[in-house]
Amino acid sequence: MKILVAVKRVADYNVKVRAKSDNTGPDLANVKMAINPFCEIAVEEAVRLKEKGIATEIIVVSIGAQAAQEQVRTALALGADRGILITTDTDLESLAVAKCLKAVCDNESPDIVLLGKQAIDGDNNHTGQMLGALTGWAQATFASELTIDGDSATVIREVDAGLQTIQIKLPAIVTADLRLNEPRYASLPNIMKAKKKTIDSTTPADLGVDVAPRTTLLKAEPPAERKAGIKVEDVAQLVDKLKNEAKVIS
Amino acid sequence: MALSTFTSWFDQPLSAQYYSEDHEAWRRALRRFVDKEISPFVEEWEEAGTFPRELYKKAADIGLLQLGYPEEYGGVPKPDPFFDIVTCMELARAGGGGVHPSLNSHSIGMPPILAMGTEEMKARVVPAVISGEKISALAVTEPTGGSDVANLKTTARRDGDHYIVNGSKTYITSGIRADYYTVAVRTGEEGRKGISLLLIEKETPGFTQTELKKMGWWCSDTATLYFDDCRVPVENLIGVENKGFSGIMLNFNSERLGIIAFATGLAMVCMDEAVAWARERVTFGHRLMEHQVIRHKIAEMAKRILTSQAMMERTALQMHQGEVPVIELSLLKVHATETMEYCAREALQILGGMGYMRGNKVERIYREVRVYAIGGGSEEIMRDLAARQLGL
Ligand SMILES: Cc1cc2nc3c(=O)[nH]c(=O)nc-3n(C[C@H](O)[C@H](O)[C@H](O)COP(=O)(O)OP(=O)(O)OC[C@H]3O[C@@H](n4cnc5c(N)ncnc54)[C@H](O)[C@@H]3O)c2cc1C
Ligand SMILES: Cc1cc2nc3c(=O)[nH]c(=O)nc-3n(C[C@H](O)[C@H](O)[C@H](O)COP(=O)(O)OP(=O)(O)OC[C@H]3O[C@@H](n4cnc5c(N)ncnc54)[C@H](O)[C@@H]3O)c2cc1C
Repeated sequence: MKILVAVKRVADYNVKVRAKSDNTGPDLANVKMAINPFCEIAVEEAVRLKEKGIATEIIVVSIGAQAAQEQVRTALALGADRGILITTDTDLESLAVAKCLKAVCDNESPDIVLLGKQAIDGDNNHTGQMLGALTGWAQATFASELTIDGDSATVIREVDAGLQTIQIKLPAIVTADLRLNEPRYASLPNIMKAKKKTIDSTTPADLGVDVAPRTTLLKAEPPAERKAGIKVEDVAQLVDKLKNEAKVIS
Repeated sequence: MALSTFTSWFDQPLSAQYYSEDHEAWRRALRRFVDKEISPFVEEWEEAGTFPRELYKKAADIGLLQLGYPEEYGGVPKPDPFFDIVTCMELARAGGGGVHPSLNSHSIGMPPILAMGTEEMKARVVPAVISGEKISALAVTEPTGGSDVANLKTTARRDGDHYIVNGSKTYITSGIRADYYTVAVRTGEEGRKGISLLLIEKETPGFTQTELKKMGWWCSDTATLYFDDCRVPVENLIGVENKGFSGIMLNFNSERLGIIAFATGLAMVCMDEAVAWARERVTFGHRLMEHQVIRHKIAEMAKRILTSQAMMERTALQMHQGEVPVIELSLLKVHATETMEYCAREALQILGGMGYMRGNKVERIYREVRVYAIGGGSEEIMRDLAARQLGL
């Protein structure tokens, strides 16, 4: 069984991201980058499936700047077998990413595509679903448990009302939620071994995908700073303020 | 990359001039390891005066203990000294404490064995140590002196197939928990030409240890060792009899680079903590950071840290290129520990009364300044070594 895992390069979750002074986007110069944490969970799940003898090959793919090679290498150090890097300097929208992944699916015919449920930069929560639509394959988003049984999979999904268990036919798209697993650390020997694994480089154009953005970013600015609150003297004053100033009760 | 608006020293990407993607990958892996397995517990371990022995296993699982050892023993050969710098910086980021010195005591215990031990000895000892099963310590310093290694007094007298060892060692890191001790003994004439190294094992009859309480590094086990007619098999001789002094010297360059990196990392932690505090704390209607005297303290910290860091990376590159920069390493060790001292002092001052309370990183680092300035070659000895090498 072949598993394709998508990983995205994002600002490290520890970093406090600021807007650029000209408001054209987030300022990522000099910022520590990492694999999107949800993608890391997807990689871990694939590695566990391989350790259980269910998966035979794990291919990791990233789409973005050349520097995203770092994140592909990290995934290789975590246990993926080979990598694909689709390089472009265009700011990618979810649909462009999904189309690139669709092209990789056509070439590689994976049985499962594992993705993070969303990336912590845009928080879009689009790509898995769009890839599901483009491929016509079954999709199970927000997975907190994944069990493979022959040519089908049972997935427990985290939904607003609680947990939902569904059964899907393979090939399928699965997006990882936070509780699917706890990713391991890349070990030093595996980091060294990952250097010998291959990463094939390609571009959206080579894959026949048009990644030109359909939307325009007008402005990026930090959220307004909260004003300091006030202390009210008593309940009567509170009620008065809620009624006459905040106008939230009448 | 040039510094810009400051958040933390540890948010800065590594300089592409010296570090590659591999260093970044190792740094990321270690950061997660330290954040999960060490940082949350340091305070508790310090107060308890010890840390769980299973941490050695965990450290072996991610390859921390294997760095710099041949593959045939289960190690990961070290491509360059910048891996040591990354390792020390990430461990320092947890803010001091005795975890690192004990966890890493094999980095001074093992090199003489690796360089001079027999195949049999290496195959028996090295894999066990770097897999975290056994602990290794180096015992050179004696109650009568540490700086003057050539005059050590512990004796080993040949008796058939054994050496009979008598004497004592002190301030030995991992002195309580170690299984293998690399011990410097006198087998011959006075001075450096009469010194040998013996591998002495924990269970040897006549070998006892007593624990020492210290100013800092509380959870690191430090001990005085006593050898009372200990019979050590001659197979445990490391290298050639009376040629042990060079084995001790083998450690120094990499040990000093490690101390330099650690001291620099701890100085960075101090500045990080001071900046975070000064940006929040309000006195006399202004944030501390707005008072010029405070801003200048912090700028001065940055100035000294930058020089330590720049010199450290330059010196590491020289080592990587096969040079033996003894003068640079000696003087930089002094500079880096003085920088740590300055940053610990000023950061604690900026934290005010809070800084004096136990449970914060700066207080801990403040108590650990002296061990970095004394161990691995004291300030005076370092300056003297540099002066001699400079032909002054
Ligand atoms: C926490 C801790 C852990 C340690 N771990 C180990 C370990 O694992 N293994 C080990 O073997 N040792 C260990 N040491 C010992 C350490 O290496 C020695 O403390 C160090 O070498 C200094 O030796 P000393 O303490 O005997 O001081 P001394 O040599 O007695 O020196 C005392 C002072 O005099 C100065 N001085 C000495 N000679 C001269 C001179 N010629 N000119 C000018 N000034 C001089 C020194 O700089 C120092 O300031 C440890 C020490 C500490 C504090
Ligand atoms: C062990 C101990 C016992 C104590 N016992 C008592 C006690 O019994 N009773 C009691 O009332 N207090 C006590 N204190 C508190 C002590 O008086 C305060 O810690 C001290 O006044 C400093 O205040 P702070 O800690 O709030 O630091 P802050 O006032 O927050 O100052 C932090 C740092 O900023 C500097 N700073 C502040 N304002 C300025 C400025 N305008 N310009 C430049 N620099 C500035 C300070 O010099 C200091 O370095 C004790 C403190 C300790 C550590």
